[in-house]
Amino acid sequence: MSANVQPITPLTLTAYTLVTANGRGVGPVLQALRGRRSGLKPCDFEDVTLKTYIGRVEGLEDFSLGNELERFDCRNNRLAWLGLQQDGFMVAVAEAKQRYGAHRVAVVMGTSTSGILETEHAYQARNQAGSLPDWYTSRYRYTHNMFSLGHFVQVCLGLRGPAVVVSTACSSSAKVFATADRLLRAGLCDAAIVGGVDSLCLTTLYGFSALQLLSAAPCRPCDEDRDGLSLGEAAGFALLESSERVGRRGAVALLGYGESTDGYHMSHPHPEGAGAIRAIRDALARAGRRPEDIEYVNLHGTATRANDSVEDKAVYSIFGARPACSSTKGWTGHTLGAAGITEAVISALCLTEGLIPGTLNCARVDPSLKSRILRENQIGSLSCVASNIFGFGGNNCSLILGKL
Amino acid sequence: MKVAIQGIGLLAPGLAGWETGRAVLAGHGSFQPGEMPDPEAALLPPNERRRSSDCVRWAVQVAQEAMVQSGLDPREVPTVFASSGGEMGVLDTLCRTLATPERVISPTLFHQSVHNTPSGYWGIATTCQQSSTALSCYDDSFAAGLLEAVTFVYVEQRPLLLVAYDLAVPAPLNEARPIAAGFAVALVLAPPSDVALATMQLHLNETDQEPASHLQDLALERVRLDNPAARSLPLLKALATGGSERVIVSLLESQQLVLEIDRCRN
Repeated sequence: MSANVQPITPLTLTAYTLVTANGRGVGPVLQALRGRRSGLKPCDFEDVTLKTYIGRVEGLEDFSLGNELERFDCRNNRLAWLGLQQDGFMVAVAEAKQRYGAHRVAVVMGTSTSGILETEHAYQARNQAGSLPDWYTSRYRYTHNMFSLGHFVQVCLGLRGPAVVVSTACSSSAKVFATADRLLRAGLCDAAIVGGVDSLCLTTLYGFSALQLLSAAPCRPCDEDRDGLSLGEAAGFALLESSERVGRRGAVALLGYGESTDGYHMSHPHPEGAGAIRAIRDALARAGRRPEDIEYVNLHGTATRANDSVEDKAVYSIFGARPACSSTKGWTGHTLGAAGITEAVISALCLTEGLIPGTLNCARVDPSLKSRILRENQIGSLSCVASNIFGFGGNNCSLILGKL
Repeated sequence: MKVAIQGIGLLAPGLAGWETGRAVLAGHGSFQPGEMPDPEAALLPPNERRRSSDCVRWAVQVAQEAMVQSGLDPREVPTVFASSGGEMGVLDTLCRTLATPERVISPTLFHQSVHNTPSGYWGIATTCQQSSTALSCYDDSFAAGLLEAVTFVYVEQRPLLLVAYDLAVPAPLNEARPIAAGFAVALVLAPPSDVALATMQLHLNETDQEPASHLQDLALERVRLDNPAARSLPLLKALATGGSERVIVSLLESQQLVLEIDRCRN
């Protein structure tokens, strides 16, 4: 299983930022975690009439990108822009660019639907001949195409290194850490901007509704009566540099990652969590850590009945009931292609603040789950955490983050 | 970064399979685009094939062809799937449905819409549990996939299957993204060894000073320009003709991949 996997040099998260339904920047995220305030509200997205809760980022409808970025204008890139403006992220990237050169900084982004909302609107605006409006056709490349997000981030940050968008459904913006590590190890860049942005759209709202996976109430991860997920939207970014180069004792670093697939079913996880187990074991092996070194497991914890049960099996089989486990989906909703970076930044905050968030909206832990699921917040220093992202198409990724 | 090429899969109008394609690309026959292939993708279990999209069948067909040549067990080989727009046919159906008042979309259609659909079906067909990355880089999706794939093989020192595909885009979506015909290619890449069909040295050039390699045959050159996956054609031509050749593939506006192809065996 881990025979091929060698430990990696940690990658320092020199800067990181996050925008979710809880607010702009890591400050509001932290306040919401501490105050146990959910960003989920009854669905008020466009003209959607589904009975569900969503984690919508306020204000995206009310601004547009400036003239030079106008061609990129869509909900997803507005959210990306908002993310880039927070927590001094642009300044940190500018410094890295100065240190290494624009060609030596890679951009690796994750998204699942990119700017598909533009295409949904364009199809509603077809003329009698069935043609799409000009405002859309000339901008498909900059809005709906998967790479639009990578292109946009590269242009915003003035970077000219390798750039790519990973789109593996929910695992997208966790797997970007792996791609970035390989680019750095191969000497193709000196630093990498990783992250992910996914925004609300009709495709995912009606799609998850069709799969009967949306809860009518705010999602309740690990609860015995959990009945589905809540969709959210988010933008998150991190600047990665080799810790051998930048050091920064006490800083948060990516210690390891594991990627796998289930090879089982497009929309159901492997019943024994085989792919999940493989991803977690590989992540531990790359981090050079044993299961007992992990103090907190940030669960994927989507709050669907099957996913939470299978993840519990996988986590328990590796860690037993020792580490604290929780899901933060009750705060943000499932941000799909942005889930990986959302949970990675939250994990980084847990490490720096010595906070383990108890699972929000979990009134009673499902007695059939064997892992140690936390309901209430805990305070205490942390040095090593695991974050799981398991997605559609059985695509899995697990990250190990720790303090240097 | 030096890697071996251990298997090649190809599917496009007039280039149905590597054997046919190699002869055409090596100049042993003229390029006759003719009919659109309808791949069988025999590896897919019948019930999965019924549910699968065209993208899945094209991708699985070339992946299967390349894997058989490599002699490797697909369960042991991680994958990279590169496509500019992924399931454009599925997205068209989905957006048509979402434009109706009822917005009733089928669960199957939704699960087919994700960019990693071919990766998921490949995993189900082979029961492979290795890592699989699905990515996009607009017109340079093949180049980005090749960079991800070669980097993986170089860093991890293990074989990997790269599949690049883009299919014809249906109306009216083709007004926004005109791709007239499908193209799919697969390469099994591995650490350098004696059993390889060829070796390839990849270098990332941080300028776009040199023009990208193109094809002398005008019809083939049109195919190269029409479909992001067909940007692989100069590399495939070098592999078909044998000998040593230098191929330049554009990557974004500021970079290019320089490929030194060597020791081709026919």
